[in-house]
Amino acid sequence: MTTFAPGTFKPSPGRGSLPRMLFVHARTEAMLTLRNGEQILLTVLIPLALLVALALMSVIPMPEPRVGSATARIFALAIISSAFTGQAIALGFDRRYGVLKRLSASALPRWLLVAGRVCGALVVVALQIAMLAVTALVLGWRFPLSGLPWVVLLIVLGTLTFGALGVLLGGSLRADVVLALANIIWFVLLMVGGVALSVPVGFVHLLPSAALAQALETSVVHGTAPGVGPVAVLVAWGVVAGALATRTTKLT
Amino acid sequence: MTQLRADRPDRLGCVLVSPNPQPAVEVSGLVKRYGSKTAVDGLDLVQQPGTVLALLGPNGAGKTTTVEICEGFRKADDGSVRVLGLPAGTEELRPRIGVMPQGGGGYPGIRAEEMLNLVAACAKNPLDPKWLIDVLGLGGAVRTPYKRLSGGQQQRLSLACALIGRPELVFLDEPTAGMDPQARRLVWDLVAALKDDGVSVLLTTHLMDEAESLADDVVIIDEGRVVAQGSPAELTANRPDDQQLRFRARPGLDTTLLSAALPEGLKVREVTRGAYVVEGLIDPQVVSTVTSWCAQQGVLAEELTVAKRSLEDVFLELTGRELRS
Repeated sequence: MTTFAPGTFKPSPGRGSLPRMLFVHARTEAMLTLRNGEQILLTVLIPLALLVALALMSVIPMPEPRVGSATARIFALAIISSAFTGQAIALGFDRRYGVLKRLSASALPRWLLVAGRVCGALVVVALQIAMLAVTALVLGWRFPLSGLPWVVLLIVLGTLTFGALGVLLGGSLRADVVLALANIIWFVLLMVGGVALSVPVGFVHLLPSAALAQALETSVVHGTAPGVGPVAVLVAWGVVAGALATRTTKLT
Repeated sequence: MTQLRADRPDRLGCVLVSPNPQPAVEVSGLVKRYGSKTAVDGLDLVQQPGTVLALLGPNGAGKTTTVEICEGFRKADDGSVRVLGLPAGTEELRPRIGVMPQGGGGYPGIRAEEMLNLVAACAKNPLDPKWLIDVLGLGGAVRTPYKRLSGGQQQRLSLACALIGRPELVFLDEPTAGMDPQARRLVWDLVAALKDDGVSVLLTTHLMDEAESLADDVVIIDEGRVVAQGSPAELTANRPDDQQLRFRARPGLDTTLLSAALPEGLKVREVTRGAYVVEGLIDPQVVSTVTSWCAQQGVLAEELTVAKRSLEDVFLELTGRELRS
């Protein structure tokens, strides 16, 4: 028989400090993503390989300076990989393993459950972009620094929009369905969604993938503010997906 | 069930002074439907603070639904549920209650201590996660991701998550499901320690020995209704003529023949295949009659016992069904 000193479990309830909860939750989310081999393949290795390929091989037609355009488009792909596909799959499996329910049963407020995931995703995206940027610089990319604030803003906006879409997909379907769909959609967006190359078909410009790639191209290559059009498309997708996701996301 | 309740002066004639007069859990007229199926059908229960209450019933009886409404995970269709004096689901309740959901919960890739650290960060004065990991015997699996822990290990981690915030009230939904006997024993010891320290514990189980040994009060539910409640002693209380002689033998013996051989007022039933029970006033003569009748039939009466009723018998009588269904 196991015995416990009297008073060991004497009640002393209370909620932890909000900054600490947010920090530990975001750190946990980021750490789990970085530890997951499949996620690293999707979010780091494939974008890195494509960046090198797009910059060095002229199979896909691309405006000069070639490496600048490639960098912008691969930034967009990295954000889509991480915030959309990675987040959707992670959420699908997190739900299957009951972690949302587990955390909802703790003193963690619901808004913090979302905020922690967003911060974790932003940390991962920041690391991806840093790695890709260093590689691009090595490949000869020259970044007009005037574009930096816009690039940062677009990375955050892209992460939020695709994160909302990822939650919309991963929050309601079965984990294995999410896994299949998230990867298929990623591939379709990469090939014909205006990411790898700009597709001159009208409706493609209304896709968030094309909008993000186009906006990033403006800021990364020319160092100027992105057009209102692509930003409006991103915001619209983000707001609609977020609003839908709050209704459809299930804990298990 | 007779209970002295501090908040019922009409019954006692005076108000008892108590430091914590509110019931830990107070459910009245609870109804929950899923589509056309009524999962909980007018359920009432009261749990006094600092006690252990077991919700006992077969699978599908409405135990988890009831507990999840108390925890705030589900909304009641009708009735009222108050937890620590507040309506269930109130945000400020969450730090005050500890929850062990059925089947546990964790990130698939997380290690036990990381999960526990995360839940500990949500509490103001958490228990030491490392200590709790050791107590629950998870020290040997520190690097194993959650998805590769055994069912019993996941359950123990979930229990640790429920306790780490030093709550006033703990909900344990089938806490020992999937656990080996040693781990079950440990959970029982933990529940006893919680109670000694003044924590209220509401647990669900379909194991009558668990309810019998842990609970101050047992509420037996079936098909969403309370079919009996009271302390285990009250529920299994014997009237002098309410004893049982149980034995096992070849299935399909003609119990009417045995009945005829026994004195008036004794009932003979084959409860499950090959499990026979004689109910009534069991005296030495009855035991002798049963064994010699079996000898005449050419069968050996095995596992012959004379006992008072168990919770399982009570349940069987009330519902006509086996507890472990």
